Amino acid sequence: MAIEVDGQSYETDEEGYLEDLNQWRPELGSAMALADGAPLDENHWEVINFLREYYEEYQIAPAVRVLTKAIGKKLGKDKGTSKYLYELFPYGPAKQACKYAGLPKPTGCV
Amino acid sequence: MAKVDYEIPELKEYPVIPKLKKDAMAHSAPYVAKEKFQTSLGYAGELVDNWQEVAIAKMGELTTKYRSLSVFLDSCVKCGACTDKCHYYLGTTDPKNMPVARQDLFRNVYRRYFTLAGKLVPKLVGAQDLTEEVLDDWYTYFHQCSQCRRCSVYCPYGIDTAEISMAAREVMATVGKGQKYCNEIIGKAQTLGNNLGLPEPALADTLEGLEEDVEEDTGVAVKFPLDKKGCDVLLITPSADFFAEPHVDGLIGYAKVFHEAGVSWTMSSYASEAANFGMFIGSYENMRKLALRIREAAIELGCKRIVFGECGHAWRVAYSFLNTLAGPFDFLDPAYPVPQHICEFTHDLISKDKLKFDKSENDHMTLTFHDSCNVARASRMGDEAGGQFTLPRDIINATCNNFYDMPKHAIKEGTYCCGGGGGLLTDDLMELRVKGALPRMEALKNVTENNGVTHMAAICAICKSQFSKVLPYYGFEMDQIVSVHQLVSNAIILTKDEDSVIDNEAETDDTVVAA
Repeated sequence: MAIEVDGQSYETDEEGYLEDLNQWRPELGSAMALADGAPLDENHWEVINFLREYYEEYQIAPAVRVLTKAIGKKLGKDKGTSKYLYELFPYGPAKQACKYAGLPKPTGCV
Repeated sequence: MAKVDYEIPELKEYPVIPKLKKDAMAHSAPYVAKEKFQTSLGYAGELVDNWQEVAIAKMGELTTKYRSLSVFLDSCVKCGACTDKCHYYLGTTDPKNMPVARQDLFRNVYRRYFTLAGKLVPKLVGAQDLTEEVLDDWYTYFHQCSQCRRCSVYCPYGIDTAEISMAAREVMATVGKGQKYCNEIIGKAQTLGNNLGLPEPALADTLEGLEEDVEEDTGVAVKFPLDKKGCDVLLITPSADFFAEPHVDGLIGYAKVFHEAGVSWTMSSYASEAANFGMFIGSYENMRKLALRIREAAIELGCKRIVFGECGHAWRVAYSFLNTLAGPFDFLDPAYPVPQHICEFTHDLISKDKLKFDKSENDHMTLTFHDSCNVARASRMGDEAGGQFTLPRDIINATCNNFYDMPKHAIKEGTYCCGGGGGLLTDDLMELRVKGALPRMEALKNVTENNGVTHMAAICAICKSQFSKVLPYYGFEMDQIVSVHQLVSNAIILTKDEDSVIDNEAETDDTVVAA
C-alpha cells in the first residue's frame, strides 16, 4: 500500500502505517486523516506532536496514562482524560494518533 | 467507536441458537506475517513451493509428538454436543464456526494422509486432499477460534479444539503462512522483553509516573521497582498493564498490596511480559524462549518467588507449563507456589486479615465478574478445586459491597470468551471480535437489567482491551470494564507511617525506579 501527497508516493503497511518513519511530514498526517474522513484540528496536533516528541526520546508511543497526563498539563485537566482522547481519535488514541504521527502501531494486548 | 459496514448482532433476553448462514465469515482472515517476522521465529518467510509436502510432514510430526492431538482427531463421533457452544458460531452464524466443523477442516486432511481408510477410500470417510482452497479455509477459520476451550467442556470425549487450532496454526506458520499479529509480537517479546516493544527507559519513565500519581492520590510513597536485585518477589505482568486502561489501575492495585504486605518486590525489564503468544501459534519452541526469559530474570535478580499479574493465557502457561518449559525452579523458596497468581497473593493476605479495606470506595459501582477462559478452563488457583473461580470473587466481595454473578451458563467453567482471545485481538479481525462478544454481552445485559450491574471486572489483559473496544457496539460504555486489582486499589487502606507519609513541603527524589 502507499499514500500519495503532493505527487509523491509513500509506502505504508496493510493498515496504513508509514513504513519509513523518517519520511514523515505533517502533510502526511493530514492526508491520512482526510482519507479516514476526519480532518485534523489543532487539538489533534497537540496529541500528535506529543507522541512524536515522546517517541523520539523513548522509541515507543507513550502509555495512555502518560499521554493523558501530558495533555492535561498542556490543555487543562478536563482534557487530560482518555474520554477526551477517544473523542479526538475514535479508533483509539494510541493506534489512530500513532498512525497520523507516522509512528508504528502499538502491539500486544492493547 | 468506529462506524462499521456489518450488522451488530441483536442482544436477546436469553441465548438463541441462530440459523446457519453458510460462509457468513468466509471473508474474515487476519494479515499474513511478513518475511522478517516469519524468519525471526524460525519459519519459512513465505509460502514454500512444496508446501503440501511440508504441511503433511508437519502434521505427521505433531500427531506423533502430541498423543492428545491424534486422539482428538480420531475420537470425534459427530454427536453434535459442541455445535452451539462456540461464541463465534453464536455471534457469526457461520456453520464452520461450530467446533466440530472447525476441527473437521483439519481432521479430514489428517484422515486422507494418516488413516488407512482415508488413503484407500477417501470419499467414503470424508477424507480431503490438502489443496490451496483447504489451506485458505484453515487460515480463515483457525483464526476464528480463540482457543477458549468452552466446547471441550461439553464434549463427551473432551476433545479440545484449542489444541487442534494451535496445531493448524503451527502447520501454517511452518509452510510460510503465519499470522502477522502474533508473530510480530512474539518477535518483539523475544528481543525487547515485551509484546509492546517497550524499551527499558520508557518502562522506567512510565513506572516513575505511576509512583508520582499514587503519592499524589494517597499521600503514601508506594513504589514500582524495576530491575532491583535481591527482592523477594519478581512480578511478571502483561505489558498492557504498563500501557493501557483499565489495566494500569490493576498494576497500581498490585503495588499497593505489595506495599501493605511489606514484601520487597520488583519487575524486570528483561522479562517485562507475562503474555506468551507462543501458545497461540502452537509453537513449543517459541513458547519456551519466552518462558526462559522469566527464569533468567529471576536468577539474575536473585528473587525467591515469582508472582504473575492479571493475564489469562499467561497464567495457563505459568500454571500448567512453566516448569516443563523453563524448570526446575529449585532456586525459588519452596514455601510458596511456583509460580503464584497475584489473586492468590492478595487472597492469602485477606484471609489472614492483613489487608484493610474501605468497601464504600467502590460503592459507585455494582460489579459482576467475567471468568477469563484460560484461567477458568486451563488452570487453577489456591489449594482447592475451583479456586480459580472462588478466589477472584472472594477478592471482589472483600473490596466491594455490590456484586452479582452473571447467569450460570455464562460463568465459571461455562464462561464465554471475551471474543478477542487466542491471538485474535487485532484490528483486522474487528468484525469477528464484535460478533464473538455477543454471548458475553447478553449475559452482561441480563445482570445489568436484573441486578443493576454497572461494571464488569476481569483478570486478563486481552479481555480488558477487548471489552473496552467492543462494549460500545452493544450500547455499553468502554469504561464499564475494570481490573480486579483496581477494585483492591480503590478500597485498600494504606498504612501511613512516619517514613511513607509525604511531607508536602519537602521534595523527595529517592526513586527506586532507576535500573
